[in-house]
Amino acid sequence: MTRFLQVATVMWSAFFASLVHAQTTAAALHQRATAAMCANCHGTDGRTVDGSAIPALVGMPKDYMLRQMQAFKDGSRPATVMHQIVKGLTDAQVQTIADYYAATKR
Amino acid sequence: MNRRHLLQSSAALGLLGTLGGLSGCANLVPSSARVVVVGGGYGGATAAKYVRLLSDYQIDVVLVEPNAAFVSCPISNLVIGGSKTLADVTSPYDKLQSKHGVKVVRDHVTGVDAGKKTVTLASGGTIRYDKLVLSPGIELMFNTIEGLQAANASGQVLQAWKAGPETLALRKQLEQMRDGGVYAIAIPEAPYRCPPGPYERACQVAHYFKQAKPKSKVLIIDANPDVTSKGPLFKKVWANDYKGIVEYMPQHKVMAVDAKSSTLKFDVQNDVKADVLNVLPAMRAGSIAVQTGLANVNNRWCGVNYINFESTQAKDVHVVGDSIMLAPLMPKSGHMANSHGKVTAAAIVAELSNLPINPRPFLSNTCYSFVNDKLVVHVASVHQYDDKDKTYKTVPGSGGVSTEPNELEGIYAWNWAQNIWADTLG
Repeated sequence: MTRFLQVATVMWSAFFASLVHAQTTAAALHQRATAAMCANCHGTDGRTVDGSAIPALVGMPKDYMLRQMQAFKDGSRPATVMHQIVKGLTDAQVQTIADYYAATKR
Repeated sequence: MNRRHLLQSSAALGLLGTLGGLSGCANLVPSSARVVVVGGGYGGATAAKYVRLLSDYQIDVVLVEPNAAFVSCPISNLVIGGSKTLADVTSPYDKLQSKHGVKVVRDHVTGVDAGKKTVTLASGGTIRYDKLVLSPGIELMFNTIEGLQAANASGQVLQAWKAGPETLALRKQLEQMRDGGVYAIAIPEAPYRCPPGPYERACQVAHYFKQAKPKSKVLIIDANPDVTSKGPLFKKVWANDYKGIVEYMPQHKVMAVDAKSSTLKFDVQNDVKADVLNVLPAMRAGSIAVQTGLANVNNRWCGVNYINFESTQAKDVHVVGDSIMLAPLMPKSGHMANSHGKVTAAAIVAELSNLPINPRPFLSNTCYSFVNDKLVVHVASVHQYDDKDKTYKTVPGSGGVSTEPNELEGIYAWNWAQNIWADTLG
């Protein structure tokens, strides 16, 4: 009986671990794909082509990006396109994107 | 990192394809791949690259594309206007292979067997897939306008809507036209590829005429009741910058082309004669989608489940880009196709890894139009997936257009092009 419990516990732990594992990998995948929506203009993983007037996002500090997005949203930073784009994003999406580029190495 | 482990364990279970062993044989067409992508435009090439990126290079991808290089439709109107060359809008496919390990096969797909999960190549081989991404672009329905098929085949009446040789041929026709001549562009009823494209082209031709052939005219012959995109901006440009050159004719649906007299015929209005005729017929999904029954909306566009762009007709077949039945307010644009490709790639990587797909994806679109060689206007939009109605909806208060044509956006537009080409292919 004790042995059965031990085996059951080990199996349960493994199952639980794989569940957590799947959630973290799914979150990482969705985050990268969400951030990729910026890449059309700002380059894959936020790396623009040489000489681009559109800024690179790779390695951009999170606090700075969040401030810029807020400034585009409230109009305090003038823009051509970004004020129109950011108004379509949820706060959670903006956070996810800012986290991703801050964590991506130059 | 965790995802890589998960995929590696899938490989250990023998779930991955056998492509790795063939990587040294550049000319060998693989018989199997986990993901096969048909069509290397903005949608397909992006999907191919992002399946590789988002799977940490663990999922094999084969891209089947007949053309040797990618020629961008966005910016190609500037080739017609004379400020860019075809080389400026052409990019090679080689980085998809060398940088990202996408196996690029230069061929046509002639058939899809969704039951056996194989595609057949024009050269005769078949490739088995776990997931198929179809990005066939559009087919121009020449037969919907009497006489157009023959007039296009002879090279007299061009479309230049698929950028490439016809882009150059149209430029040549304009260069050879006498001063005092007339260029007419005919626009089909929406939906068609690139809503603002015909109006941008009219501006480009007018810009060229204004400098080189000032007595010449541009006729915009539109089957729609009004300009379908950036209307007030374009109309202002035509009235201010191209006064006496551009004439806009709404609600003119071309029924026939008489190549001999270079004349367009309508259902109601009088005939229109022009020196250079540029006729865009109605469009539908690329022919492979129609042949295979995937174009299941009016036999014209491909119905998809918007959360992962899987066909409503066939399991494990995903369709992206201009060939799909669009959600409301979603344009048929290169930028949008690139966005489709990414949402699709993420869903495919999740599904092949037994992970949940993103329940709330979103898409973005930015579309720039050059009104001369420097000044640009844009339209932008954000499309959030609505899980209740299972479609994309634009967010109220978001998106919009430029306030006026401006040079700053001219710089951004060219940088946008370079960045999206690199994002799609580099």
